[in-house]
Amino acid sequence: MEVFLFGIAKDIAGKSTLDLSALEEKPNSVGELIQLMNDSFPEFNKLSSLAVAVNGEYASNDVPLQSNDEIAIIPPVSGG
Amino acid sequence: MKPIIEIVDKIDTAVVYDELSDAASGGICVFVGTVRDFTNNETVLSLEFESYKTMALKEMGKIANQASAKWPLNKVVIRHAIGLKKVQEAVVVVGVSAAHRTECFEACKFLIDTLKETVPIWKKEVFKNKSVWVSAHP
Repeated sequence: MEVFLFGIAKDIAGKSTLDLSALEEKPNSVGELIQLMNDSFPEFNKLSSLAVAVNGEYASNDVPLQSNDEIAIIPPVSGG
Repeated sequence: MKPIIEIVDKIDTAVVYDELSDAASGGICVFVGTVRDFTNNETVLSLEFESYKTMALKEMGKIANQASAKWPLNKVVIRHAIGLKKVQEAVVVVGVSAAHRTECFEACKFLIDTLKETVPIWKKEVFKNKSVWVSAHP
């Protein structure tokens, strides 16, 4: 289970991808992944918002995560 | 109508008129976002953009489709640049052509306003002694 990180999320985690497959308790949903990020990297709690995309679409907290999903952490966007 | 949706290294603002020009259109509206040299009382040296490219293109396509459903548009362009951009450089260009100016102005504003809210692109402001991810913190 690989998670892509962008923008400030990449800076906070110190890398552009996180491999969660070695974790004993993998996050089963978007909500659990956000909880895991907030617990692992307290700086995430200070952000204005934190979203997750699953297979290239914004996903709400109850969306389940499968090991072959493309998962990305989306910190506050600031294009334009 | 197939919109032009692109993420590029460098924006050429000269091509957008030809891309939007259309016999059935009475008007063209274009917004170009550029790098400003000053923000929050500090001199900005440059901006750095990065994107989650596949998803960003998908979200830009959704915005073009929403605009086309809302207004009778003939052509739509949404193009964003990534990488390091210096002061005065263009970083984003959105534009539409339509029969009348009202839908041109409204749709063009909708494109840039919605892009800023939903498209996974991130901007870092580079100052003399620090750099800051825009909007990251409240």
